[in-house]
This record gives sequence, C-alpha cells and structure tokens, in this order.
Amino acid sequence: MKNLIEVKNIKKNYGKKEAVKDISFNVEEDEILGLLGPNGSGKTTTIGMLLGLLKPTSGQIFINNLKLEENRIEILEMINFISPYIELPKKLTVKQNLYVYSKLYKVQNIKERIEYLSEKLRIGELLNSITGELSSGQKNRVSLAKALINEPKVLLLDEPTASLDPEVGDFVRTFLEEYKKEKKISILLASHNMNEVTRLCKSVLMMKSGEIIDQGKPEDLIKKHGRANLEEVFLKLSRSKSEFN
Amino acid sequence: MSLTRIYGLFLRHFYLITRSFPRILDLVYWPSIQITLWGFISNFFATHTTYYNNAVGVILTCAILYDFLFRTSIGFNMLFLEEIWSRNFTNLFIAPMRIGEILTSLVITALIRSLIGLVPAILLTSPLFGISILDLGIFLFFLFLSLYIFGITLGILVSSGLLRFGPSFENIAWSTMFLLAPFGCIYYPIETLPEIFQKIAYVLPLVYIFEEARNILINQTVNIENVYYAFIWNAFYFSISIALFYYSFNAAKNKGTLINMGE
Repeated sequence: MKNLIEVKNIKKNYGKKEAVKDISFNVEEDEILGLLGPNGSGKTTTIGMLLGLLKPTSGQIFINNLKLEENRIEILEMINFISPYIELPKKLTVKQNLYVYSKLYKVQNIKERIEYLSEKLRIGELLNSITGELSSGQKNRVSLAKALINEPKVLLLDEPTASLDPEVGDFVRTFLEEYKKEKKISILLASHNMNEVTRLCKSVLMMKSGEIIDQGKPEDLIKKHGRANLEEVFLKLSRSKSEFN
Repeated sequence: MSLTRIYGLFLRHFYLITRSFPRILDLVYWPSIQITLWGFISNFFATHTTYYNNAVGVILTCAILYDFLFRTSIGFNMLFLEEIWSRNFTNLFIAPMRIGEILTSLVITALIRSLIGLVPAILLTSPLFGISILDLGIFLFFLFLSLYIFGITLGILVSSGLLRFGPSFENIAWSTMFLLAPFGCIYYPIETLPEIFQKIAYVLPLVYIFEEARNILINQTVNIENVYYAFIWNAFYFSISIALFYYSFNAAKNKGTLINMGE
C-alpha cells in the first residue's frame, strides 16, 4: 500500500519548550490512523504541521510523495481538516459556505459535489439555513461536508465527534468508515473517544509529552499492556512516568 | 452583592489587559491622540480665521477624503477580523490559497466596501451644503487612488500585526487612522505642526494628498509634485507592508498563531 502521509523525524520547539520531539510515522492509502494522547501531548501541534500552519523546527513531511515545505499549495488542494475549534462563517447559509469553499478549492462540478455531500451527510434540508443557527450535530455534518468538498486524499480529523450526541456520533463514524472504503483516502484521527478509535482505526499512535510512546493495532496494544480495552491502555500510558520524562 | 465575585470579574479583565501590550498601548494613546489632533485644529482656526474662503467646502471635501481612507483601511482590517471572530481563520489558511491571492481578494473587497460608503456621502454633500467634491477635477481620481493605496497599506500592516500577535492586536486595527490623523494634516496646513512633527508628516503620503486637495480648492492651481510625492511614499510603504505580511505569516507559522487565534 502506498503511504499518503510520511512524517520523518519532525520536531517542533517553542523557544525552549519542545512540543514535538522527533517523531516519525506513515499513514497508508485507505487507512485510518489514530493519534492518541493526553492534552498537551503534541497531537494538535502535529496536525498543525501536517496542515502547513506550523513550521517544523526540523524534519520533513511528505503528502502523496510531495514535500510539504516545497509544495504547500498542491498539498493543500488534496488535504482537508475538521475540528470542533474551527467553524464556518456563521452569517452565511450552508449553501453559501459550501459554494465559497468550492471556489477556494477550485472544485469543478460544484453543484453535483454539493448535492452528493448533501445527500450523503443528510444536510439537504439545511442548505438554505444560516450556519450560525444550526445545532452542534448539524454544524458538525456541515463542517464535514466542507472538509470533503475538495475530495481530499488525506483527511485530518481533530475530535470529529466531540460534543455530539450518540446518534449523530454514530452516524459520523459510519459515514467516515464508508467514505474511506469508497474513496481509499487516508485519515489521521485525533480523538479522546477510545471506542471510536477502536472501531475506526487500523492502528494507533500513543503520544505523550511530544513523543510517540507506543504504537500498533488497538487489539495488539490491549494485549501487550494486559488491559481490557483501549481506554485502560490510554490511562496506563498517560499516568505512567515514562522513560522519556 | 459579593465583593469577591466583583473582584473576580475585575481580575478577569485586569489580567487580560496586563498580559497584552497592544491593549495597554490602546489605553494610553487614545487620549493623547485626541488631544493632539484637536489641539492642532483649534490652534489653526484660532490663528488663521481668514485662511479658508470657503471653509465648509474645503473641510467637507477633506472630511470625505479622510473618510474614504478610514473606510478603506478599516474595511480591510474588518475582513481579516471577521475571519477571526467567526473562527474561520484556520479554514482560510488551510485552503490552497497563496498569500498574494488572499491579499488581492481582500484589497478588491475593501475597495467595493469603501465605494459603497463613499458614493452616498458625495451625493449628500451637494444638496445639503451645495458642495461638490468633483470640484477637484481629474486630480480627484489620483487623490482617491493615493488614499486607497495608503488605506490598503495600513490595512495590510495591521493584518500583519494580527497574524503575528493574534487578536490582541485588534485594538490597534481600530486606531491606526487616528494615530496618523494629526500628522496627516487633514484639516490644517503642515505649517501648523511643530517642526519635529512636520518632519514626520513629510514622510507620509497623507500630507501631500490633503495639501493638494486644499491647494486645488483654495488656490485653484495644481501642484503635480504633491501627487508625485504621494505616490512615491505610497509605493515605499506598500512594498514594506507586503514584505511585512509575508514575514508575519512565516513568523506565525513558527509561533503557532495560525492555529491558536483566541483572546
């Protein structure tokens, strides 16, 4: 399988503080990789670097074999991102927002793309609604539509189901599973929802204090650490005084 | 009434102010700028009561020109701030847009916003005061163009600050025009300023624009040098602003401001 994301020895320092310490990993085509770790472990910093919003202090990032540093625009055309911490302009209708982002990503068949995503994400009835007036669940699905507007090869998800009720959360997870299967995209999923990670991810990276402290398939990690589920593995690793500290 | 809770809320704002240099600066310079600007205006009118034969016309024309500059600059900043307020900032910077494309788009939008505000103002002055800004003739276009370029330049400079320092730089965005107003000699000739201030004024394009507007209206002559110097200084500051924006973008990528646009 081809690696769509290749991260090689990236570090990020803020002055003397080392936010990310020399990490490397790959994400294959048609794979969802989970990025786990307590708050402040370097997950968002890592995602920021993959999006070109943060410049690594050292190391290299390749997306679809293109070096990020030298091909920022080409890479951003094939990547997208969703996070509960960013929103779409509130005063615009859903349709206007999707149309604007279709233009920014130079989508060719805008009408067909919006119709396709509206149907898949069940937002057809929301298209003429004001984005700021939507519920959390509705906003989440609209943000997901925006994140898929450019048919990304690589999708970065930061807590995609945070603050969603179980029904909407399940809908989003099922959608992501099916979409990944259909389009063979790579997904990097940062989440604190261990059930979600166990269900969606082929393998996971455990981060702590800017380092990858363990990695593997969820079932292998559970077995390796002698725990009942991934949440217990997470708690064990988060609370342990790692050799890196 | 709980003094503890009152104190708690006071602390919330006090911490915010003391942790942000732009916010402290904002508190200090507003009174200073107002006093300086109105001091010079009062001083000029007290000593030169016969300078303007058509005071209303000249002052209103200068007010419209200044407002165009103000709207262009603020308009540009508003476009940038809107993205921060709506938490759409990250979405914009992960879209495959070149910095040049972002700036060009904002520059065009700021022009349209300014013209929407300008046209009614020009139309109102004629029936209300019997004054037409079109009296400035063909040079009106060059004066507006100069003001537009300088307004955009200030907008880009402030946006660079927002990129570099985050939303705490917002207050500066609102007050840049007022900071420059005393040196711009909008309502009075440059000779009204103390010598040291004149030196500052001469390196700003504003003084040439407003001196020329007054020259055309009062003396009915055109001093092409003023238009020329305004464009030279504009080109200088515009180039600096573009370079600074690129620098700030790279600095923001190092510092992490692009993913942490909060308070």
